[in-house]
Amino acid sequence: MSPALLLARSTLLEARRSGLPWLVVGLLAAALGLAAFLSQVAVTEGRELQAALAAALLRAGAAFLLAAHVAASVVREANDKVLELALALPLSRSQYYLGKLAGYSAIGVGFAIAFGLPMLLWANPGSAALWSASLAAELLLVCAASLFFAVTLANVVPAIAATAGLYLLARSIAAIQLLASSPVVVESWTQRVARGAVDTVALLLPRLDAATRSEWLLYAPPAAGEYLAALGALLLYTALLCAAGLFDFHRRNL
Amino acid sequence: MSARERPLSAVPLWLWALLGTTLAVQIGLRAVGPPPAATAADLPPAPRAAALRAASLGEPAAAARLAMLYLQAFDLGAGNALPYSRLDYTRLRAWLRAIQDTDPRSAYPLFSAARVYAEVEDPARARAMLAFIHEAYREDPNRRWPALAHAALLAKHRLKDLPLARRYATDLQRLTTDPGVPLWAKQMEVFILEDMNELEAAKIMLGGMLASGRLEDPGERRFLKERLEELERRMASEQRRN
Repeated sequence: MSPALLLARSTLLEARRSGLPWLVVGLLAAALGLAAFLSQVAVTEGRELQAALAAALLRAGAAFLLAAHVAASVVREANDKVLELALALPLSRSQYYLGKLAGYSAIGVGFAIAFGLPMLLWANPGSAALWSASLAAELLLVCAASLFFAVTLANVVPAIAATAGLYLLARSIAAIQLLASSPVVVESWTQRVARGAVDTVALLLPRLDAATRSEWLLYAPPAAGEYLAALGALLLYTALLCAAGLFDFHRRNL
Repeated sequence: MSARERPLSAVPLWLWALLGTTLAVQIGLRAVGPPPAATAADLPPAPRAAALRAASLGEPAAAARLAMLYLQAFDLGAGNALPYSRLDYTRLRAWLRAIQDTDPRSAYPLFSAARVYAEVEDPARARAMLAFIHEAYREDPNRRWPALAHAALLAKHRLKDLPLARRYATDLQRLTTDPGVPLWAKQMEVFILEDMNELEAAKIMLGGMLASGRLEDPGERRFLKERLEELERRMASEQRRN
């Protein structure tokens, strides 16, 4: 087995032993329970409410759990000098980085499958599969972002905060741009500057609002072009984060 | 007990006491305190649909439905100091508009507008809600026709405004092109002009909705059944009075 695959395997083992599976079960129970409770107070669209709410909670929860796990795991390895030990072996920095990313990504795929299965309660299998595959791509991006920030910032809290900031901004940037482009009062120069700033920030962010949409579960699956464009954009941004992380990792003096 | 833990006897007595006391005080305070107050405040101004979308973090379908549940808390909850019949309908309409724009495919805002907010005794408020339903219907007739069909019935039987009911009925016939729409809705104007009372008309509507497979939601079925029974009771008591 190649060293990168060995690293990926050890990363999966670490996740299994760290209680992550229990957190997944807890998140599933909380999301499904809350969705079921709220659907009881809805006068109509109970099924849609359950699906939309469970999908939204599981999507956000999966991203948070994964980001926190990656950041804590990377920082712990650095503090325990496991990183130095690994790099003393015949293993290049790129192999180490990509091996860790492969392991974390496999956890993300596991999350996507576990959280996609309950969607079969409310959506047809095709829509649920598309949603789940999109969640897997989104979690791949979260893994890459969290690994990048954990390696670069070398602290758990700043790494989680930076990943959460990037994730939340990427999910809301399209709506923020829409807000900025339709002012309720006459436009002033400050508003034009603000809009320019928002548009500039948007250039640096992925369109997470276009991926893993709960509307796919409620109404109809997306058009093939729209779906592939959304997933392609996620994979491209994951590659960008991976390149940035490797760049920083290669420059670091250990 | 895992091997990494010391026995419970290793914990000092004062710490047991502190833990027990603080826990008892916490539970006691919560038990004797007043229960959470029902939402009695007036409805706050509605957010813009764009703001609601931004706050939804890319989950407009979930946000729109949660916003509807929030809006419901201003009316359906028992013990509210401000029942929905006294709500500020200008704000209410703005809320429903924002929610509908956040998820245009959701039927929840128009269902509530037609079945809850338009059925108030105050004609001015009912008319405001019917106008909202009509406006929203014209944006997507094939999806939103059930709300306008009910609005036409309300205009005829509650507001006694036959011209308004006929205007809605004409629009319903003219703009709704979906072949799955029941016959009575396609011939709404005739349906409105027929000499039948509100209960008969409501029963035909409900039967048609059930037959067309539009009433799959158990909550919605239950709600409409309760409304029908309420209407039955009301009409029976009116007949007894007459």
